[in-house]
Amino acid sequence: MTAYVIRRLLWGVLLLVLVTALTFVLFRVIPTGNPAVLRAGHDPQPHFIKELERVLGLNKSLPAQFWQYMKEIFLHFNFGYSYYNQEAVVSLIRERLPATLSLTVGAAMLWVIGGLTVGILSALKRHSFVDRLSMGGALVVLSAPEFWLGLIFLFLFANDIGKLKILPGSGSYVGLTSNPGKWFESLIMPWIVLASGSAAVFARLVRGSLIETMDEDYIRTARAKGLPEKSVVRQGVRSAINPAVTLLALEIGVLLGGAVLVETVFNIPGVGVLSYKAIQTADFSVIQGTVLLASMFIIVANIVADIAYAYLDPRVRYG
Amino acid sequence: MSDEPLLRVEDLKVEFATEDGVVHAVDGVTYQVFPGRTLGIVGESGSGKTVASLTTLGLTRLQGARISGRILFEGRDLVALPDSELRTIRGNEIAMIFQDPLSSLHPLYKIGRQLTEAVLAHRDVSKAKARERAIELLGWVGIPDPGRRIDDYPHEFSGGMRQRVMIAMALANDPKILIADEPTTALDVTVQAQILALMERLQEEFGMAIVIITHDMGVVAEMADDIAVMYAGRIVETASADMVFSGPEHPYTWGLLRSIPALDRPRGEDLVPIPGTPPSLIRPPSGCHFHPRCAYAQPDHARIDPSLDPVAPGSSHYVACLLSSEDRRRLWAELQAGRQPQQAIAEVGLPEATA
Repeated sequence: MTAYVIRRLLWGVLLLVLVTALTFVLFRVIPTGNPAVLRAGHDPQPHFIKELERVLGLNKSLPAQFWQYMKEIFLHFNFGYSYYNQEAVVSLIRERLPATLSLTVGAAMLWVIGGLTVGILSALKRHSFVDRLSMGGALVVLSAPEFWLGLIFLFLFANDIGKLKILPGSGSYVGLTSNPGKWFESLIMPWIVLASGSAAVFARLVRGSLIETMDEDYIRTARAKGLPEKSVVRQGVRSAINPAVTLLALEIGVLLGGAVLVETVFNIPGVGVLSYKAIQTADFSVIQGTVLLASMFIIVANIVADIAYAYLDPRVRYG
Repeated sequence: MSDEPLLRVEDLKVEFATEDGVVHAVDGVTYQVFPGRTLGIVGESGSGKTVASLTTLGLTRLQGARISGRILFEGRDLVALPDSELRTIRGNEIAMIFQDPLSSLHPLYKIGRQLTEAVLAHRDVSKAKARERAIELLGWVGIPDPGRRIDDYPHEFSGGMRQRVMIAMALANDPKILIADEPTTALDVTVQAQILALMERLQEEFGMAIVIITHDMGVVAEMADDIAVMYAGRIVETASADMVFSGPEHPYTWGLLRSIPALDRPRGEDLVPIPGTPPSLIRPPSGCHFHPRCAYAQPDHARIDPSLDPVAPGSSHYVACLLSSEDRRRLWAELQAGRQPQQAIAEVGLPEATA
């Protein structure tokens, strides 16, 4: 088990290095991505650009530049400088990370708990009204893009423009440390909007998986033992969540993508909005930083899922 | 057989509504289980033998089965019993083991947990006591080093060992009846013999009754005191094992007996399979359900539905067959002498079969 965990971690590190290298290549081949041109301002003199390229080390060979780039990231945790914001990318991200973490972690919790509950209830009451209603609802939110769903929520419930003015709307985000109550209130709608799509996928998966496991021979054995139905269901759920764990890791990526949209719709000053604006202004070092951050999240989530999977299923533990 | 029966199944019918029609899985079955004795229920796949046993434990209820008839156990009718009360009998007074011991054990739980929960479901004891009991049970069923193996997962056991674990689990609460549904079918032949021997030893030690469900006449010969042969949801012949093996009365039983190899038969003699496949339980054949596959069927057998009657007045040997008992006795004698069904029919002077 320990060897397995170590191996997974090493793979993760290697993957991270590869992703970093890939972003380097990606941002070198994009022609408009020349930082010297971007920094030189409007209509610059060619010799000024040359000078800037020298200062930024862009006149060196590509391998030398690559080495410099990797060294900065891995040894100095330096992701570059945003010429648009006149600030280091790391400090830009650090400022906005709490908002994004608040949004995504909360949404992930809502997604897992909600998806699990709905999935289990639907599986146990198969073909009932509850089942049909929740699976129908799941299909609706599954088909609805976050930005549309977000706007609908604002239109219905926001306290400024909504029909029922019950929740703080767009631009109402406050930090957790400054006012926990307001923080919570302002995130209710974004959480729901961000979680719903993944929760729907999750609920459908859990439902299908549980229906299957409740037909297994060992469930019949559990009943034949005379266990109360509650314990029997628990044994079924125990098996049914295994495939869901794999999905969990995959959906983290979807969730991060959704966070960009939800932050934009609800005007939450997070990393998502930062990267959205960076794309609009061709602020490449910021895009690069957020891409690396997101890949790091996904890689870590996958490692966690792999380890959780080995922990949950004794048959997977090898090495 | 003078004892009061422990379990009395009376005219049990189990039906499942499916999209294709109603499946008459069990169609009016009556049998009894006596204390300390072994009843062998024999039949092909799909003859209703498993459904009948699952119904005894109330396990077909959840699948939406329509159940009628009575299952009397210690004065209570298990068909009418509410699920909460039935649960106190399941795994406690009546326990069951299944065909495939790997899929019947939860793959993600250590066997210790699966054993202790069986104990804890019916006994108010501490977890430590339940664990002690589990180790003791594993020892009884011949698992070496049970104190260590109790913390292993099912996939760490061999097939035979898994079935031993299943048996240990079934014995957790000293059941009065152990229902074994094809307990050896998924196992290697040598392991099969070990498991059967284990069940016999445990029966001697603890005195429980065993209902063994199988398609294998060899298993029945080894284990059973009494035999019920099932075909298409009904019992077609029932008697003590001695009577069935010395003088089987139903052509289907003959088929079962002649389709297994035996050492006392001449070498090189062909095994005779029963032609055809088990009938649809949605639209069973008219008349005698076996007539389309019966070499000895007469024209009116497609019309008349035989009832399960004693072969002679007062006999405990019952058969549901439309042939006269004289014809059956002579036919079996001819088959015993190594004749093929057609030859036997000619010898006995029956009209040629129509089926």
